[in-house]
Amino acid sequence: MNYKALTAIAVVLSLPLSAHADADNDTLVINEEDTLVTKAAAPAHVADVLDEVMSGWHFRSDETQSLQMDDFENPAMVFVDQAMDTWETVEGSEGKSCASCHDDVDESMAGVRAVYPKWNETAGEVRTLPMQINDCRENQMGAEKWKYTGGKMNAMEALISVQSRGMPVNVAIDGPVQAMWEQGKEMYYTRTGQLELSCANCHEESYGKMIRADHLSQGQINGFPAYRLKNAKLNNVHARFKGCVRDTRAETYKPGSSDFVALELYVASRGNGLAVEGPSVRN
Amino acid sequence: MKRLSLTLAMCLTGSATLAADVAPKDVQFDEDGAVAASLTGTAGDAVNGALVAGTKSLGNCVACHQLTALADVPFHGEIGPSLDGAGERWTEAELRGLMTNAKMTFEGTMMPAFYKVDGFIRPGDAYTGKAPTEALTPILTAQEIEDVVAFLATLKEE
Ligand code: HEC
Ligand code: HEC
Repeated sequence: MNYKALTAIAVVLSLPLSAHADADNDTLVINEEDTLVTKAAAPAHVADVLDEVMSGWHFRSDETQSLQMDDFENPAMVFVDQAMDTWETVEGSEGKSCASCHDDVDESMAGVRAVYPKWNETAGEVRTLPMQINDCRENQMGAEKWKYTGGKMNAMEALISVQSRGMPVNVAIDGPVQAMWEQGKEMYYTRTGQLELSCANCHEESYGKMIRADHLSQGQINGFPAYRLKNAKLNNVHARFKGCVRDTRAETYKPGSSDFVALELYVASRGNGLAVEGPSVRN
Repeated sequence: MKRLSLTLAMCLTGSATLAADVAPKDVQFDEDGAVAASLTGTAGDAVNGALVAGTKSLGNCVACHQLTALADVPFHGEIGPSLDGAGERWTEAELRGLMTNAKMTFEGTMMPAFYKVDGFIRPGDAYTGKAPTEALTPILTAQEIEDVVAFLATLKEE
């Protein structure tokens, strides 16, 4: 945001009774051809608290929004290109690349992002996309794990996410994942830290309102990984969660921890029905 | 800047009276959440209170409240009601209660307790995201609470 925009906002805010800026009614069309579902009827498991689920895109300024509407302008696409190279690069003791097992990323990975986190039967655990990526690296390629929130991981996650762009998020919440989903729900409503704030306080009860200079969204994760103008890089879901928990003056959980996996599962399911948008652009 | 250095000087002299402060755990609320007795015995300074209310690292009240008296501070949030006229609507004791622990007045409110040191879930070491290594201190000192109360009491115009 430039200085002019900042002062403009300050002026608006100093007016008495400024109406609060709800989600806008813009339409997210990418590359002038793909229209994405950015508002949807709330899935049954959140219908008691929300009528509609909305992408965080609706809460950003027109300038930020437009960056996501064209892949040549979307700064995240540089990382998608880098990950494309990584996809073909042989690494590790088994002499394999991602492509050795999965061939064309646009075919093999279409629809994958939309259903993660998901249950892995063999391992008997709920896996996020980064967990699955590292499992492939370690056990299929014999290569080093990537840092959970590192650049290589975020880029690969972006490459895989973009193959599902436009498909509805459809994360399972029952069966073997149910206990973890319940745990995530519990976390979502727990007021942590010295400020005693929960995810729900900000993203369920207050979305659409300003908190200082920030326009609160529903905290949906259908757009992740997100390129943030603030730190000029891709940010994955757990890095974002960490920042939000820290801002309640709380001790955060670790990225990749089973706590954050549970929270991700729950938060992802709150966006069931929204289009996968990643990699998105946020401020 | 001049005002800031004045306040700094005041904070330094203010800390000498710390021993006499009512400790966070000893604050007495009435059944409506008001706190009658001063936390320090020293009258609040409304000018410093305004500074505390508008400063991000201190009260950061404007994160959630609009406030005409602080119009020169950019970005006022809209989580809570406008504080214009708060000194009209509330007595000093009620304002002190709201500042100390607003949950005693408004059950379940989003407003943080500014003078409370225990009963938290996963408290951290300020905004580091790490576990605290020492006992928690309240977000504001007793005198800062008194100063903000004095400032709020001056807000008479709706
Ligand atoms: C004190 C308020 C506050 C709390 C509590 C909070 N957040 Fe946030 N969160 C924000 C702000 C401000 C932003 C940036 C604006 C936005 O997108 O809402 C944000 C952004 C997000 C985003 C990015 C959304 C997007 O579209 O880019 C996610 C995801 C998120 N929060 C999840 C959470 C979760 C999960 C929790 C609880 C662990 C949480 N937040 C707690 C204030 C908060
Ligand atoms: C995270 C949000 C938040 C912050 C930060 C916050 N408040 Fe509040 N405040 C609220 C909410 C919400 C209410 C409304 C009470 C309710 O119904 O829950 C409120 C109510 C009040 C009221 C009574 C409202 C009235 O009728 O005038 C006063 C006075 C007040 N706050 C002062 C302050 C001061 C002073 C600070 C900073 C030292 C502060 N608040 C910081 C959220 C906040």
